[in-house]
Amino acid sequence: MVRVTHWIHTIAFFALLISGAAILVAHPRLYWGETGAYGSPALLELPLPLNTDQSGWGRSLHFLAAWLAVGNGSLYMLSGIWRGHFRSNSKSDMMQYTSLQRQTYLTVIFILFPLMIATGLAMSPAVASVVPLLPGIFGGHQSSRTFHFFSAVLLTAFLIVHIAKVYRAGFGDRMRSMISGSGV
Amino acid sequence: MSRILTRRQFLTGVAGVTATTATAAIATRLAGRYGLIPPDHDVLFGVERSLTFGAQRLLLHHQPLAREFRREQISKNFPAINTVMPDSESYRSDIAGGFRNWRLAVNGLVARPGEFSLEDLRRFPSRTQITQHVCEQGWSAIAEWTGVPLSTVLNAAGIQTAAKYVFFTCVDDWWDSLDMADALHPQTLLTYGMNGSNLPVPHGAPVRLRVERQLGYKNLKYLSTITVTDSAAEWGEGKGSQGAEHGYSWYAGI
Repeated sequence: MVRVTHWIHTIAFFALLISGAAILVAHPRLYWGETGAYGSPALLELPLPLNTDQSGWGRSLHFLAAWLAVGNGSLYMLSGIWRGHFRSNSKSDMMQYTSLQRQTYLTVIFILFPLMIATGLAMSPAVASVVPLLPGIFGGHQSSRTFHFFSAVLLTAFLIVHIAKVYRAGFGDRMRSMISGSGV
Repeated sequence: MSRILTRRQFLTGVAGVTATTATAAIATRLAGRYGLIPPDHDVLFGVERSLTFGAQRLLLHHQPLAREFRREQISKNFPAINTVMPDSESYRSDIAGGFRNWRLAVNGLVARPGEFSLEDLRRFPSRTQITQHVCEQGWSAIAEWTGVPLSTVLNAAGIQTAAKYVFFTCVDDWWDSLDMADALHPQTLLTYGMNGSNLPVPHGAPVRLRVERQLGYKNLKYLSTITVTDSAAEWGEGKGSQGAEHGYSWYAGI
């Protein structure tokens, strides 16, 4: 289960990253608070080329991949909790990693991914009508968008370190173990 | 563990695929019956559009109101994009005449098709709301809108029970539609006032649509005709909106 969900997540993550970039370049400026537009001061102007023609497919691919990521991620979390995957006792397979690695991993799973989902939903005017507090928690609609961007940056940074670590640990062996499930 | 599929694994797999397919087929039939399948489902992202629309329709089943804001939160800076001045001789003469000759046609599945002048719309009980306009591009701004709820006008015209969609066409030839859940929502307005004044031309004068639980592009400017229908099939490619033909989903709640 861990292996299958890992590779489904890989596909969903890259689809979310690419489509997220396609949506972002339609307005590569970030704000704090409820509102923000051209003509209002930006918190951050990203050095990206403006392109307003990519958000149609970008949005649809983003939500398609989000459904996949949320469904797959829930399956992974439930099966992980069921099998004691996240517990730090000596029997858990988590114990082959250092304390820093474990904490980073748990932060990604239990903080950054839920934050991505919550800030993504907070930007929806429909969801905000059902849960008006949601955008408020993050400081408003535009703050939710800014949080969404920075947690995506953190997740991407984690991904880069993750791939680098796998490479250093012996890329071939690690890939074989994640594909076939045979121990190293 | 053997690499070759055992009989038990094979049968479990077949049973799993059959159960999933049957569940998906039943879910699709049920979703269709309750109006949870969007008209633009029959495209590349059909599964995503149906899941996203269906989930939001269920979530919004109790018709909650979009967030409303305080007067001091109104944005001083509210961009106007796409058409900001329709390229039409009759529209220019409408402006010159203070929109006295402008008419909004209401037709289709209504008992009393007809036309409404701006004064007719102003005579209905009005609603004023301070809401946030969220553009799909990423920017957003808050304004105060005044208008007549679309449901008031539709009820005055007498909606027939077969009604499923309300289509809107605009002076600049753009068109789009809402399902009845959004068309009859109390915050869905035919808006003639913005921030205490008449609706300015760049923002869609004389009347624009406000549909507060959807993104900016559903808030059509320069309205000219409202048509109540029981199907989206006969409009353009049948995807429910002109935007959907350019890849932007018909339902835009997120």
